[in-house]
Amino acid sequence: MAEEVILLDFWASMFGMRIRIALSEKRVKYDYREEDLWDKSSLLLEMNPVHKKIPVLIHNGKPVCESLIQIEYIDETWPDKNPLLPSDPYKRAHAKFWADFIDKKVNVTARRIWAAKGEEQEAAKEFIEILKTLESELGDKKYFGDETFGYVDIALIGFYSWFGVYEKFGNISIESECSKLIAWAKRCLERESVAKALPESEKVTTFVSDRRKKLGLE
Amino acid sequence: MAERSESEEVKLLGMWASPFSRRIEIALTLKGVSYEFSEEDITNKSSLLLQLNPVYKMIPVLVHNGKPISESLVILEYIDETWRDNPILPQDPYEKAMARFWAKFVDEQIYVTAMKVVGKIGEERDAVVEATRDLLMFLEKELVGKDFFGGRSLGFVDIVATLVAFWLMRTEEIVGVKVVPVEKFPEIHRWVKNLLGNDVIKKCIPPEDEHLQYIRARSCVLSLGFV
Repeated sequence: MAEEVILLDFWASMFGMRIRIALSEKRVKYDYREEDLWDKSSLLLEMNPVHKKIPVLIHNGKPVCESLIQIEYIDETWPDKNPLLPSDPYKRAHAKFWADFIDKKVNVTARRIWAAKGEEQEAAKEFIEILKTLESELGDKKYFGDETFGYVDIALIGFYSWFGVYEKFGNISIESECSKLIAWAKRCLERESVAKALPESEKVTTFVSDRRKKLGLE
Repeated sequence: MAERSESEEVKLLGMWASPFSRRIEIALTLKGVSYEFSEEDITNKSSLLLQLNPVYKMIPVLVHNGKPISESLVILEYIDETWRDNPILPQDPYEKAMARFWAKFVDEQIYVTAMKVVGKIGEERDAVVEATRDLLMFLEKELVGKDFFGGRSLGFVDIVATLVAFWLMRTEEIVGVKVVPVEKFPEIHRWVKNLLGNDVIKKCIPPEDEHLQYIRARSCVLSLGFV
């Protein structure tokens, strides 16, 4: 059957990056469509009426929303190559717990570093604590998935392209606080799927600086 | 009755009035899994809880043969993958993705918004009630032509959405606002009746009188939420 896969995405979205990586790991060909988040397409609004957010994965006309759910869908739909989740139920639960932790904690705190006036210092401090928790979970493993690059790695790595933003506006050095995590990120970047999915750090920082000006934060 | 291996040990650290704890009990009961329930005092957490869930220090925590699992949606999926009788999630990857989507919607959108009703008055409360209803409309539409979110029988979303049926809708009595009026939400009301016709649900939800008393007492303390 002719497989049609469309990804509605935004270049700087760490959530969109997850799906680019997952599809790439599975060697799935897809049509990447860039959305203007300030002028959303009718397709986006139609395919994600509940949240109106990217990324949206459209497989043979049917939309799947929410990035972690999309990764699981991709893993289950294209099971032959590169399993993204372990097969053992306990290990799967462990992976899902940490990906959920990333969703609950990382972005909400990270956003406060650059998008909220007067909260940078406090948010940056909390952010480092969250990264340290993740670093402790990583331990001495090559990846969060142990020997295999997988679900939790995919959930977190996109944020690496935003580290420059957090360092600049939060006045912190992530490298000096979380060197093991930085080493992990660099290992991930050696994978073609990741290298292709993540934008240049400077490009993200420039984008955020512009956003801050428009939000009256600069 | 589910198969039991030689030393199957299932323990649930929970709390009788928590929708997140009760949904685990529903899933275990649906699957015929025997478990030991340990009631936690959430104002005075046990050292066991703190040890088993150091990240969030919250119930529910399922302990299976000594290994802890936290976060209710993660626990539900673990239960479904470990005890295969009476599947909770659909087999088809797309249907499964949709079930996960709606479950997340209940917990992250409806619960978070509806929680704000308690403790607010006047215009502020009206705004929250309106926002909650807008979200509930999505669930209302999902139920059209179905007995349950899972179709003809109870599934993942039904179990998660008991939060709406037996927590959100029970607080209506206490806050004095019909957040989910039957005229606006006939499908949801029909679905609640279907739930109440299910033995497992009846067995596993908190007894109404005690529950209402508890909610009343908690909302007087002006704390957020149903728990």
